[in-house]
Amino acid sequence: MTEQVLTVENLAAAYRKNTVLHDIHFTVNAGSLTGIVGPNGAGKSTLIKTILGLHPALSGKVSFFQSTYEKAKRKIGYVPQRGSVDWDFPTTALDVVTMGLYGQIGWFKWPSRFHKAKAYESLEKMGMADYANRQISQLSGGQQQRVFLARALVQNAEIYFMDEPLAGVDAATERAIMAILKELKAAGKTVMVVHHDLQTVRDYFDHVLLLNRTVIQYGKTDHVFTKENIARTYGGNMRWMGVENQDGLPSIQQ
Amino acid sequence: MTYTAWIILTAALVGLSCGLIGVFLILRKTAMMADAISHTVLLGIVIAFIITREVSGMYMVIGGILAGLLTAYLVQWLHSLEVQHDASMGIVFTTLFAIGVILIATSAGNAHLDVQHALMGEITFIPFQTISLPLLGDIPQATAMLGIVFLVVLFFIIAFYKEWKITSFDPALAASVGIPVLLMHYLFMSLVSVTTVASFDAVGAIMVVAMLITPAASAYLWSDRVSVMLVLSSLFGVVSAVVGYLIAAWIDTSISGSMAFATGLVFLISFLFSPTHGWIAKYVRPKQRGYVKE
Repeated sequence: MTEQVLTVENLAAAYRKNTVLHDIHFTVNAGSLTGIVGPNGAGKSTLIKTILGLHPALSGKVSFFQSTYEKAKRKIGYVPQRGSVDWDFPTTALDVVTMGLYGQIGWFKWPSRFHKAKAYESLEKMGMADYANRQISQLSGGQQQRVFLARALVQNAEIYFMDEPLAGVDAATERAIMAILKELKAAGKTVMVVHHDLQTVRDYFDHVLLLNRTVIQYGKTDHVFTKENIARTYGGNMRWMGVENQDGLPSIQQ
Repeated sequence: MTYTAWIILTAALVGLSCGLIGVFLILRKTAMMADAISHTVLLGIVIAFIITREVSGMYMVIGGILAGLLTAYLVQWLHSLEVQHDASMGIVFTTLFAIGVILIATSAGNAHLDVQHALMGEITFIPFQTISLPLLGDIPQATAMLGIVFLVVLFFIIAFYKEWKITSFDPALAASVGIPVLLMHYLFMSLVSVTTVASFDAVGAIMVVAMLITPAASAYLWSDRVSVMLVLSSLFGVVSAVVGYLIAAWIDTSISGSMAFATGLVFLISFLFSPTHGWIAKYVRPKQRGYVKE
């Protein structure tokens, strides 16, 4: 039996007085690579933040590795949206990656050469070694996203939550990131990715979580990522390109 | 030491402490919290005076910290009740400051404490009020307090350097790796309050804002590293303080006003001539960016 790494029961969350998420139930097994898919305002980012305790939950229970978040903290990696930080901050790519280790370094200690080496290794893995000492505002969007990924890798977590890591990046970065995600999965790690491009879901993820304020369906991509379920998630406003094709490419009419 | 030397030393200590604290005010994008706290510490100081009936450094610092924390807490609280952040800051600090002004006028009127003094400070009187310390002998009370506060600020900046950095850059990541973001926020606000109270006598509530924000904002233009920014910012603080004093002595005008003016000069020079972000550099040399060739 595969290990359950994340169990979410009856989770609900709100922004001010508007309920954004309700009745969220699902269980994630180790070694899965899940795409979290849903329309704008479906609560994808909020779901991740609520699971991680960064946004208050109205109700519900989240357990990691059959334990609490507090006890499993070290095994959890988080990649926020790239736009959530100020890239003019006076720091280098290597420094940002080292931040992923700050929790492990502990109070009153400074990052050592060992930590810097680990961070550098992780940058190298993302093809960013040449930019280690570059000020982060001098990096392109794709490069910044790779720095964020490198920072998550250096945490050496067991389960990763990534908020739109593929949004607005170039094709080379998208390939590099997907290669790393598949590598993580192969190493038995669990990865949950907020994703917005329906056309690549089948290629990228073995599990899909269809979300629109609540979980429409969660499971293996082959079973869950069907026209009917997608239509249910997006409220039926779907236009299908290549209707004959079983793996039709859906797009959304706004 | 001579009278002038004490004044310059005191001013330099204000520049150092404010320069250090200012860096994280800028990086955390809470520069205007300095403005708010610099006003509300007045309330803390007045209440400390009313309770103890003495103008003592220790009680003033405690009162100031409590007032600063109250300000930070009330701003957060109002903001959580759907009041805009800048608006809640404006509401909280003016109200608390107003209470302080009323209390000075009614309960502390004949003490060595008045609104004019609180707003502008009076560094010229500092050398006359001395205390005796072992080893150091007679030194001005305000200078001693600033010295201690500088050491405290320096200690906290160095001890929690990486925590300040990560909570300023990416609070969500900081929280997810187990760093108490909110606690760090209140600790930082306490440091801002302590620095403000200690600088109060020397430069007053208005000028301390200039010392907190402007040297750090100038340093931001010169540097791509937080550590360098800290060094530059405290250096700019000291330079502004000393130059400000010299200007004041030269044309015989308000010392705190001249110091604040000097911080403005430092910023203007930085803004024009900084090699990386400067106005001239942008025209002389087109911005170079090193993207990966894709």
